[in-house]
Amino acid sequence: MTDSWRQPRRLLLLALGALTVFFLMAPTLVVVPMSVTASNALTFPPEGFSTRWYEKMLTDPQWSSGFVNSAQVAFLTAVLATVLGTLAALGTVRGRFPGKSAVNALVLSPLIVPVIIIAIGMFSLFVRWKISGSIAGLVLAHTALAVPFVVINVATSLRTIDRNLELAAMNLGADPVRTFRRVTLPLILPGVLAGGLFAFITSWDEVVVSIFLTTARFRTLPVEMWEQVRQVVDPTVAAVATTLLAVTTSLLLLVLVVRRQAPAR
Amino acid sequence: MSARSRHWGAAPDRPALALRNLSKVFGDVPAVDGVDLEVRQGEFITLLGPSGSGKTTTLRMIAGFTLQSGGTIEIDGVDMGHVPPYRRDVGMVFQNYALFPHMTAAENIAFPLQMRRVGRPEIKRRVADALGLVKLEGLGQRYPRQLSGGQQQRIAFARAVVFNPRLLLMDEPLGALDKKLREALQLEVMHISRQLGATVVYVTHDQDEALVMSDRIAIFSRGRIEQLGTGEDLYERPASLFVADFIGESNILRGRFEPAGDGGWLVRDPWRWQVGAAAAARASLEGGSAAALVVRPERLRIVGVDAGPGLATGVNAVDAIVRDVLYLGSMRKFELVLPDGNAAVVRQQRGGGGHEGRAGDRVRLTWAVDDGVLVADPHG
Ligand SMILES: Nc1ncnc2c1ncn2[C@@H]1O[C@H](COP(=O)(O)OP(=O)(O)OP(=O)(O)O)[C@@H](O)[C@H]1O
Ligand SMILES: [Mg+2]
Repeated sequence: MTDSWRQPRRLLLLALGALTVFFLMAPTLVVVPMSVTASNALTFPPEGFSTRWYEKMLTDPQWSSGFVNSAQVAFLTAVLATVLGTLAALGTVRGRFPGKSAVNALVLSPLIVPVIIIAIGMFSLFVRWKISGSIAGLVLAHTALAVPFVVINVATSLRTIDRNLELAAMNLGADPVRTFRRVTLPLILPGVLAGGLFAFITSWDEVVVSIFLTTARFRTLPVEMWEQVRQVVDPTVAAVATTLLAVTTSLLLLVLVVRRQAPAR
Repeated sequence: MSARSRHWGAAPDRPALALRNLSKVFGDVPAVDGVDLEVRQGEFITLLGPSGSGKTTTLRMIAGFTLQSGGTIEIDGVDMGHVPPYRRDVGMVFQNYALFPHMTAAENIAFPLQMRRVGRPEIKRRVADALGLVKLEGLGQRYPRQLSGGQQQRIAFARAVVFNPRLLLMDEPLGALDKKLREALQLEVMHISRQLGATVVYVTHDQDEALVMSDRIAIFSRGRIEQLGTGEDLYERPASLFVADFIGESNILRGRFEPAGDGGWLVRDPWRWQVGAAAAARASLEGGSAAALVVRPERLRIVGVDAGPGLATGVNAVDAIVRDVLYLGSMRKFELVLPDGNAAVVRQQRGGGGHEGRAGDRVRLTWAVDDGVLVADPHG
């Protein structure tokens, strides 16, 4: 009886929610049917069914080297950003030093500063340092973009663990390094791993900075897509996009799983 | 556990712990304000006091978690000024247990031994011994979340003693447990500590716990030690109104002190009460100063008002009106009002032949002069 007047409201809410999800997802998901089209043009709705664009993606050396480059850069970025971001989080959460909030803001600034500005700045600097167009240069640039995600994840984990646990470890004879290794790190590990996955994803689909810092001989997947779309519109791009999407989505699902592993109290 | 440690039981002449003029200021709030304390080897000392009196802060400075603002801490005669917590060799039991959630009970207990690079077979043996000591053999493979509160606290205790620390610190370790379990664990902690010969500094704000467990009790008030002594010292001979009020129930009669001979009188018109020589000597008050006479509830006797003026010498008296009589099994507790409006309490053993007062009765309370303790009255 009290539900009778609620029913229409709930339906309305449901419809609005569904519509929002549709608008958010549709542009992304539209590439999936497009990638299995039988036609030679990038069209929606697709005509017929074929997996030949996936075959082309896997055999074309330009696409496959793009895959390898992207995976390498994203992996190295994830490792570097996780190490640096975890240290930065420890410093800003546990440390006490003058200018702490300024340092914190600086570390998180890549989240706020427009990417194009970062890209131009890095490009001019990296050209002078002669690391533009190299894997090292791109990893450094992506690391700067990815570190904030690690810092935020690790800092959140650090704030939720009981400080007494670290004091207890020290009291029982563990120096600061061993306290970190045996107690702090295992407890913040879910946050560290989630941060690392976010760092991987950040690099994996980054395009703006990558356009500036790659060359024809060394391209990542998103840059390759950008170049191809501007020249020939070939459904292979849709196949690549679908693959990128699949990787990113599985990593995000992995983040959810990892976050669930928070140590029980 | 293997007899006594290299520390426990060593050098009985040197204090296990010495705090000298220890203080800690947070901002401009003095949390600990000049604490002096010497703890003997194997002694069980309790810091007892109201909330915010500086007990935890003192303990944290001893453990090395907080740096003192002034004064010194010596453990076994060694100044701890520049010794970090992980080299102090002090075991601590936290109120919330602070067991490592990602390690089993046995791994928790093994942790301090691993940090000391004890060999594997010996770790195994000592962990088993420690589990036996707290009667939790067989639960070593459980994670802390699989243990009850009381079991977790036993594991925390085992972890703090397994490496034979020079000093064992406990901050309200039983505070989170229900009354029955708390009482059982009080005795257990006390017996195991004695058995190990451990030197213990224990924090609580439960006075019964302090009285049951401790060799000596330090009463904390506003960052200072108000009085240090055995439970009996504190109960029978409180040094201040604060201690008299804090430990047990007490009847407080306020007035002015007038010396006479070795003893003197506490005067409050129209009453005056005799003060024994020993009590006067301990209080050493100036003539005419505001003072209070403290008498414990079981030291008072209730007699009829018509008992007349013929009081025996060496006996004091005051009139009161009975408000309530409570039957507490073997005890009877009278709540009364004194002429000045203050409350009084009397406890009588049943069948002791005392006065059968009823609510509303006017009665007379008497006590032996030597049962009154004289203290200064800072509010007088
Ligand atoms: N980190 C801190 N910063 C500022 N003030 C503090 C800090 N720690 C304690 N204090 C203050 O110092 C005083 C003593 O605190 P402490 O925790 O030692 O009291 P306690 O005797 O242990 O009390 P309780 O019985 O409630 O545990 C309190 O007034 C408290 O507010
Ligand atoms: Mg406390």
